[in-house]
Amino acid sequence: MSTSLDDLRTGLEELRRANLEALAKARSVDEVEQTRIATLGRARGGLNDYKAHITALPPADRPAFGALFNTVKQELEQAIASRHAELSASAPAPAAVDLSMPARRQWRGARHPVTIVLAEIEAIFRDLGFTVATGPEAEHEWYNFGALNFPPDHPAMDMHDTLYLERGGLLRTHTSPVQIRTLQSYPPPIRIIAPGNVFRRDFFDASHAPMFAQIEGMAVDEGVSFVDLKATLANFANRFFGETKTRFRPSFFPFTEPSAEMDVACRICNGTGCATCKQTGWVEILGCGMMHPSVLEAAGLDAQRYTGWAFGMGPGRMALQRFGIPDIRIEYDSDISFLEQFAQ
Amino acid sequence: MNASYEWLRAIVSFDYTPEQLRDLITARCCPVDELVRLRADLASVVVGQVIEAGPHPDSDHLWVTRVDAGKNELLDVVCGAPNVKVGAKYPFAAAGTTLPGGLKLEKRKIRGATSNGMLCSARELGLGTDHEGILELDTTLPPGTPFLEAVSAGDTRIIIDVTPNRPDLLSHLGIAREIAAATGGRAELPALDGANVSVPALVRATNEGASGGIRVKLEDPEGCPRYAGIFVRAVAIGPSPAWLVERLAAVGSRSINNVVDVTNYMLHEAGQPMHAFDAALLGGSAIVVRRARAGETIRTLDGVDRKLDPSMTVIADASSAQAVAGVMGGSTSEVSDATRDIFLEVAYFDPASVRRTRRALQLGTDASYRYERGIDIEGIPRALERAARLIVAVAGGRIDGAPIDLYPVPKPAPSIPLASAHVARLLGEPVSEPEIATLLASVGFTVSAFANGRASVTVPTWRPDVTRNVDLIEEIARLRGYDSFSAELRPFRRGTVPDSPLAILSARVREACVRAGLLEALSMPFVRGGESTHVRLANPMAEHEAYLRRDLLETLARRAEHNLAQRHRDVRLFEIGSAFQPSLSGLPREEMRVAAIVMGHRHPPHWTEPAAPDFDEWDAKGLAELIASAVASGAAVELLDAGEGDVLWWIAIAGDVRGSARRLALDAPVWASAAFGIELTLAHVSSEPVAPPGESKLQSASHAAQPSRFGFRPFPSTPSTFVDVALLVPNDLAASRVERSIRDASGELLESLAMLSEYRGTGIPEGFRSIAWRLTFRHPERTLRDKEVAGRRDKVVRTLEGELGVRQRTT
Ligand SMILES: [Zn+2]
Repeated sequence: MSTSLDDLRTGLEELRRANLEALAKARSVDEVEQTRIATLGRARGGLNDYKAHITALPPADRPAFGALFNTVKQELEQAIASRHAELSASAPAPAAVDLSMPARRQWRGARHPVTIVLAEIEAIFRDLGFTVATGPEAEHEWYNFGALNFPPDHPAMDMHDTLYLERGGLLRTHTSPVQIRTLQSYPPPIRIIAPGNVFRRDFFDASHAPMFAQIEGMAVDEGVSFVDLKATLANFANRFFGETKTRFRPSFFPFTEPSAEMDVACRICNGTGCATCKQTGWVEILGCGMMHPSVLEAAGLDAQRYTGWAFGMGPGRMALQRFGIPDIRIEYDSDISFLEQFAQ
Repeated sequence: MNASYEWLRAIVSFDYTPEQLRDLITARCCPVDELVRLRADLASVVVGQVIEAGPHPDSDHLWVTRVDAGKNELLDVVCGAPNVKVGAKYPFAAAGTTLPGGLKLEKRKIRGATSNGMLCSARELGLGTDHEGILELDTTLPPGTPFLEAVSAGDTRIIIDVTPNRPDLLSHLGIAREIAAATGGRAELPALDGANVSVPALVRATNEGASGGIRVKLEDPEGCPRYAGIFVRAVAIGPSPAWLVERLAAVGSRSINNVVDVTNYMLHEAGQPMHAFDAALLGGSAIVVRRARAGETIRTLDGVDRKLDPSMTVIADASSAQAVAGVMGGSTSEVSDATRDIFLEVAYFDPASVRRTRRALQLGTDASYRYERGIDIEGIPRALERAARLIVAVAGGRIDGAPIDLYPVPKPAPSIPLASAHVARLLGEPVSEPEIATLLASVGFTVSAFANGRASVTVPTWRPDVTRNVDLIEEIARLRGYDSFSAELRPFRRGTVPDSPLAILSARVREACVRAGLLEALSMPFVRGGESTHVRLANPMAEHEAYLRRDLLETLARRAEHNLAQRHRDVRLFEIGSAFQPSLSGLPREEMRVAAIVMGHRHPPHWTEPAAPDFDEWDAKGLAELIASAVASGAAVELLDAGEGDVLWWIAIAGDVRGSARRLALDAPVWASAAFGIELTLAHVSSEPVAPPGESKLQSASHAAQPSRFGFRPFPSTPSTFVDVALLVPNDLAASRVERSIRDASGELLESLAMLSEYRGTGIPEGFRSIAWRLTFRHPERTLRDKEVAGRRDKVVRTLEGELGVRQRTT
């Protein structure tokens, strides 16, 4: 044992702390007695050890150490005495520690289920070579509609009941404006996904909300084709849902041509038909298609040279299916008893 | 679009069941939302076989039978039909079922004999008027089989979600064309009983003409590119025949009278809306297609008076508007029981114009729905002819004069060049030229012979959506079947776009919040707001949600209150989302923010600590530091005392105030603990246009190296020494100020400074508190002597006394 004043002082502090803690935890007079013997008795590691060191110190340091030693000794003697009194007054309960008692726990945090689904989707597409792009929620009309080949006064606009801002602009109705912003900023080849919130003038019901998450994807290069679209999205479906059958069928979006919808086999009935899949055996997952040449042109690209494909899906609804949540409104209540179910 | 299975079968022959038809339409055209069995009221009726029959003991016209209805036992059934035969099968409704018309069958005694149900006649099942006894079934299906499987009674309604690009699918003819393309058959409108009167050929003119006694003038060819009509004299308005009523009922349309029913029938069959005017009520015996006059009004068929404006096209008589073009007729010239002569309008109205009018009037109809999407302008003569024949067939009357056809600028069928190489390039697999030609021809396209890989494709007039070669490629792909293309993952080139810094930052902050034990909330950004402070929506869904949040805590606080209302005491929420500040020009200023709320127990209550402590401001401060560090990515984080209202601290990152930590005033029950909120801006989200339309502004796509936030410091080789000091600090002097002086006075050997305790009360002068600190010193090369440390402590105490008047606590 070294003999610097600091060492001795640190040691004494630790001895004091450890023994006070032991006394606080003591549940019987016996335990207090053990502490007493260990501390005040002649056992090694007790106060006695330190007494011996006084003489080893330089004379100048001795008074300081002596004072500290006495303070600690008195404090421990008092603590032992009072704990002894406490425990002898209460009924002696020599019971062993019941290890089945519950642990002391911490609050656990959780990502929102929609974020969890988004992150899963993101991870799969990162593996397929995609990076993440973002854009504003308050958008210019041109980015949301004009650039995406929405003709004015066309029924296609009915698919996007839009919330407009009083001083111009709108709340984006889809994440597709990020396609245009990205194409204007970076040269092909491009492979991006764009998660974000989008807005529709839809009133709340079990499957609609005025704001919901969407994730968009886009690949643009020379020679990119419908086969690439199918392959990438089917690959995604197999990884997200586990091996699954997929079905591509015609659809319509102004900004893609050909347009398609991808379905996966209903997991509730295994494709035999049930109420969830409206007896069809299939559940719709995403809309997709080959990017319309006007969209590429709107972003200043040569549509003769480049082709592209894009898709969009709704993680909010996918979270309903994935976690068996019966009503989309639950996702927005942010009730703690709901969110805690997703704690890590 | 509601389609009738039977109606389709009348136009094209096929062997598909309704389910197979649903799958076919979904795979090739548009999704089918639902199949509706129209005779669901017969669902509980089954095939019953009479096993025994004998006369009723107490009646000379009743029979007592024993019926096998697929149950384990034979049922006693009393029957009054003279034609009941042993061994024959009949529709059987067991006691407990309800028959069409609402008759609920119960088990009862008929003159002493028990009857467990009923053998039914066609009339009792709502299948006809024949009440000549019960309906004998010619079927080999076993007893107990649902009746609807044994007979073809009951149409099926196919509800198709027709996408806006396919107006041709808004008619049975259009859907039948797609079925015919799949079967290789032909879609042809069926001949209808009695509808064979000969109709004179249409008389083509540009903008003026007459039909029967009506003069027709086309003044607005922009809003109405083609206007045709026919005069039918002396019709007898009355109920429609059963077949017509049934067809309309199958698609969910109510029968009104024979003439109006014919127009509705044609709308659903050919997709051509029509309107019948009572010719006698057309002032001046004139039809004028013109723009509405300023201030002009019309009472539409639904009885509502509507204000028109000159952007709208109307069909007027000599004086006033009689119909809103393509939207709805007027009540003045409506066909009624008193009508004798009719003028039937068959027109093409401009889609965009109908859409604008429909939206302005907020009046959508089956007609406007089709006009908006674009009807077949070349189908008008055929549709007019068929409708005229049908009217004469069901309402009598005679055609007066040749029909008029005002069509000033005929639209040529567009022709689109198509290269087979382009098809292969876009679809990723070659489709042979003969196959391309066959596929396109199957739905009405005319394909010229391919020469050097190129052909010219003429688009049928019912496909206004097909305007570019990519539209043709979609046709090829869908008709061949999207599933016929390979889904083989091919090599791709890596993209040039770096990850969005905002996405990376959000993910890091989210992770920090989750690790801190917070739960991620999701809230709507709509708030009650205020005109000068918030961004207002032009068309909010509700006045109390007319503005966008400017702070996340604005909406997150509502989520906390929701939880309190659910009696959740321990609220720990966070959210990452956008906040919007009004901006003088253009779009609002948008910021990505993070916010957190904590209240209630600091950690889950535990049995060792029955009164667990609640979150307090120091927890909030710590949480603010933690979240700010995640946002700061290595930059300096400072919490500046605010003490303004509810704000406790401003949070600064690299010297910029980016947020705050505050007490939150919530609408909370009495048992709720104090709530604390933290909000911080992650980044400004730019909504500036990148480049003008049609242009780009390319950024360099270089991936810069990320500087590391972490660095290794070698372990010290010398021991540290600490000294504790208790100081009397005036209440109005910030501890952080004292700490700054301690650091300055301690010199560079001070390794750390930790506050040990704060104490007020006995022994401490009024207006003061005692704060104890531990100063830990370390010299990098040698062990510090006790004296040196004591010397430093003394210097610190002297400096504090001199600078701040802070003295050492002596007791
Ligand atoms: Zn299912």
